[in-house]
Amino acid sequence: MSMESILTIKDLAVSFSTPDGEIRAVNGVNLEVGAGECVGIVGESGSGKSQIFMSVMGLLASNGKLEGSASFYDQNLFALDRKSLNRIRGNRISMIFQDPMTCLTPHVKIGTQMTEVLTYHQGMDQQEAKTKAISMLDRVRIPEAAKRFEMYPHECSGGMRQRVMIAMSLLCDPELIIADEPTTALDVTVQADILDLINEIRSDSNTAIVLVTHDLGVVAKLCDRVKVMYAGRFVESAGVEDLFENPSHPYTQGLLNSMPRLVNSVDEVLPIVPGQPPNLLHLPNGCSFSPRCLQATEACNQASPMLSNIAETHEAACFLLGERENEYV
Amino acid sequence: MSNVVLEVRDLKVHFPIPADGFLPKPPIPLKAVDGVSFDINRGETLGVVGESGCGKSTLGRAIMQLIKPTDGKVVWMGEDLTSLDKKVMRLKRKELQIIFQDPLASLNPRMTVGDIIAEPLKSFYPKMKGAERMAAVQEIMVKVGLLPQMINRYPHEFSGGQCQRIGIARAMVLKPKMIVCDEPVSALDVSIQAQIVNLLKDLQEEFGLSLLFISHDLSIVKHVSHRILVLYLGKIMEVADRKSLFSNPRHPYTKALISAALVPDPKLQRTRERLTLKGDLPSPLSPPSGCVFRTRCPISVDKCSEEIPKLIVTKNKNAVACHKGDDIK
Repeated sequence: MSMESILTIKDLAVSFSTPDGEIRAVNGVNLEVGAGECVGIVGESGSGKSQIFMSVMGLLASNGKLEGSASFYDQNLFALDRKSLNRIRGNRISMIFQDPMTCLTPHVKIGTQMTEVLTYHQGMDQQEAKTKAISMLDRVRIPEAAKRFEMYPHECSGGMRQRVMIAMSLLCDPELIIADEPTTALDVTVQADILDLINEIRSDSNTAIVLVTHDLGVVAKLCDRVKVMYAGRFVESAGVEDLFENPSHPYTQGLLNSMPRLVNSVDEVLPIVPGQPPNLLHLPNGCSFSPRCLQATEACNQASPMLSNIAETHEAACFLLGERENEYV
Repeated sequence: MSNVVLEVRDLKVHFPIPADGFLPKPPIPLKAVDGVSFDINRGETLGVVGESGCGKSTLGRAIMQLIKPTDGKVVWMGEDLTSLDKKVMRLKRKELQIIFQDPLASLNPRMTVGDIIAEPLKSFYPKMKGAERMAAVQEIMVKVGLLPQMINRYPHEFSGGQCQRIGIARAMVLKPKMIVCDEPVSALDVSIQAQIVNLLKDLQEEFGLSLLFISHDLSIVKHVSHRILVLYLGKIMEVADRKSLFSNPRHPYTKALISAALVPDPKLQRTRERLTLKGDLPSPLSPPSGCVFRTRCPISVDKCSEEIPKLIVTKNKNAVACHKGDDIK
């Protein structure tokens, strides 16, 4: 892939100091997002997937510490002052959050919240901004957009509010949208509508999307590439079809096997990933997944495996992969 | 005697909502559950699916008599629970237990795990000796996959999956005949969901438990249930055995739900056809006349607004409430 990368994250580490000790939420993560691409970041709660992008957006909690870099084109976002950062976030990079209720200010009309973005970032006057905001509400298929413009967030359903959030994130034609669990709080049928909408926006405007989620179904629907995250590290990275057809890391395999299927389901007992997610305060020595891994060997408790290529565009971080490849050939 | 343990007949739960306006008006009934009837057999799992606000949790609580039903019968082993006074009903809870969605919130943070699990025994068998009670607690802890040495720990020391195991142990310690499971895995990580689902299935097999399994996740419901009930705005749209429901859904709402569910397989997911629903869920305070689903139904006809469709039983005790049920292929 020779396309220009919009976002380049290098050796990112995020740690939080807590009364119980230091928590390393993100531990040496590298990521490139190219123009128009949709990259999925999959992981369970506490895996650090959201913290990567909170730090990219400069939204890290005050007890957080950053290492490494995140560049938007060639500007290191971590080195920018607040003013320069504000020219980029909300304008050229925008974010969609999980809970559309808490992300909209409850006592400000939807219209005012939308036009504010345009007057601030694009210097539009009120009338211009209003026209643009209403056309954007229309675009995300909100019926009677002009009426919704005058409403307060609580007057809309969850799905409508998420549409408003999406409309807001599109206002300045961003080059990159970061969507953090955009459909997790929604019902199945509404989720399907919102995912269709995101797909449509992508093909219309060539906006790059980073989709942070715990749901492999969402990834299967939208993404081109996937990174699987466990305990602060990427453990596998591949093209979407490749990942689902040849999951290589034992964690990815375990996740996929343990999901009950709607289509082609089997009646057998679900294979499980044993054990509990790791405690970030006391990460195991060696590979973080080794205590839950059915195939772990002595080597896995000694050192942490690095991501390495197992095919041209497929990487995994597991000591066993070299051996297993031989078995299957 | 037949195999039926629970018969629910024409169950209604209406919440009175104060009317707006200056002049005093009678409260408006919010029909959370409106005329629901079904049976559950010994050792059977009945799945209940539907989107938020369809009344699935209210249904579970009304069966447990945690919410007083407005009308209808809940017949447990030949006895109508709605007619029992509080004292007699309390004793029935030895046989009927419930586990909740939020595993941590449903456990008292100031009690140790041992005390939490022993509480039902203390309450129902006050004369039981301490040592005997302790043995029973430890036995059930092992059954649900908790280490007995954790008995003196507090809920906050456990992960979500383990807390749900504690909740299951608390319900199981009385050796109940039926458990109402209200979204028991929704709050858990993907890799933990399968563990809990398998545990419930094992317990069911060992003790011949009947389960009412409430969930919004079709894949999980499909995996655990023998029969499935689809709810929309407090009414049953369709009841069917698992196989027929997924291979031959008859109600348009069931079809829409199934088609909206995500499949963790990119090739399949991207070629699946979706049945889109119009608009939003109507307000439960003013549900549509006739069939409650008609405002969003892709195949509704005039008759649907005039007449409430009856739940018509077809073969194998499957049933569908749709005027166009016969035409649906």
